[in-house]
Amino acid sequence: MAPRVEHEIHQRRSGRNIGVGLVLLGFVAIVFGLTMVKLGNGGMIEGFDHAVRPSITEPESN
Amino acid sequence: MTDATQQIGTGDAEFGDYVALLKPRVMSLVVFTAAVGVFVAPVAVHPFIAFVAILFIALGGGASGALNMWYDHDIDTVMRRTAKRPIPSGRVQPGEALSLGLWLSFISVTMLGLAANWVAAGILAFTIFFYAVVYTMWLKRWTPQNIVIGGAAGAFPPMIGWAVATGGVSVESILMFTLIFMWTPPHFWALALFMNEDYSKAGVPMLTVTHGRRETRKQILIYTALLAPLAIGTAFTSIGGWIYLSVALYLNAKFLLGAWKLWQRDEDMAEADQYRAEKKYFRQSLSYLFLHFGALLLQAIWVKAGMEAWF
Repeated sequence: MAPRVEHEIHQRRSGRNIGVGLVLLGFVAIVFGLTMVKLGNGGMIEGFDHAVRPSITEPESN
Repeated sequence: MTDATQQIGTGDAEFGDYVALLKPRVMSLVVFTAAVGVFVAPVAVHPFIAFVAILFIALGGGASGALNMWYDHDIDTVMRRTAKRPIPSGRVQPGEALSLGLWLSFISVTMLGLAANWVAAGILAFTIFFYAVVYTMWLKRWTPQNIVIGGAAGAFPPMIGWAVATGGVSVESILMFTLIFMWTPPHFWALALFMNEDYSKAGVPMLTVTHGRRETRKQILIYTALLAPLAIGTAFTSIGGWIYLSVALYLNAKFLLGAWKLWQRDEDMAEADQYRAEKKYFRQSLSYLFLHFGALLLQAIWVKAGMEAWF
């Protein structure tokens, strides 16, 4: 195996990689948090499938 | 490349260099004023939504900072104040700043729209466009009114914050906008009075260069005089009250006095004491804006805590 020399440039690169990793983790946490808050607030969670959606059903008139 | 530092620096920047592209000091002002905009609005926002919204407003501001540094790297190299920025010092390539700016613009606007609403996201998109294209690319190098127009970009964050909460624009959010908008020219012109050499070297048509220092002093006084009634007038809207009114009265009286003193001075007097009054006015302008928004925040806390009923 060839000897590896730790250069200052490797430190900078690993610092950058760790930084990007943390940013991505933070982004995941934000999207997860937003999802929880929006669902908790009872936002529109009905899917566009074949299920009955009461919110768009016309009220029956007698 | 002729510069040794540029050869060492290319291609491998530190993470902090990319953060520096976003102008973190400008971002801190964006965070503060946007947060005040959200908090003083009459509609309550879920704390996490408010946090995410302010984060992406700040990121949008950072994106426009990166685009500004990409476009302006030629003049940043010439000016002493900006020569150590990541691109002029060779640590980051101009193309990297451009793509970072464009991607962050896209992400911040989209995320603000999803987290809050599309009115707020629309104003954020317009702010980035305004700062990067209208100000940086078009007007900065063309007219001595550059600072006046550029100030508009910095004035949008509280308006975006207000839109995050209310989903719209109102007289209160426009007044918060005008407070920063009218404050920016005297703030930067005071800086230009004692930083003149830099701007003339870079060929940026700063008012001090194109119309002289006498005219700049006059314009500082005019803008400060126009700013005062707007700042004090905000006290009589739904976000104002006696806390804000007393702070605004005091700050504007002091600010007007400072501008009056600058107007009375000439260059001999300024050079004799190394621009002491100009530097003092510049420092004062920083606390002026901070304390106005601080007072709005305090006023909102006061009202929300139900203390208003006691008076």
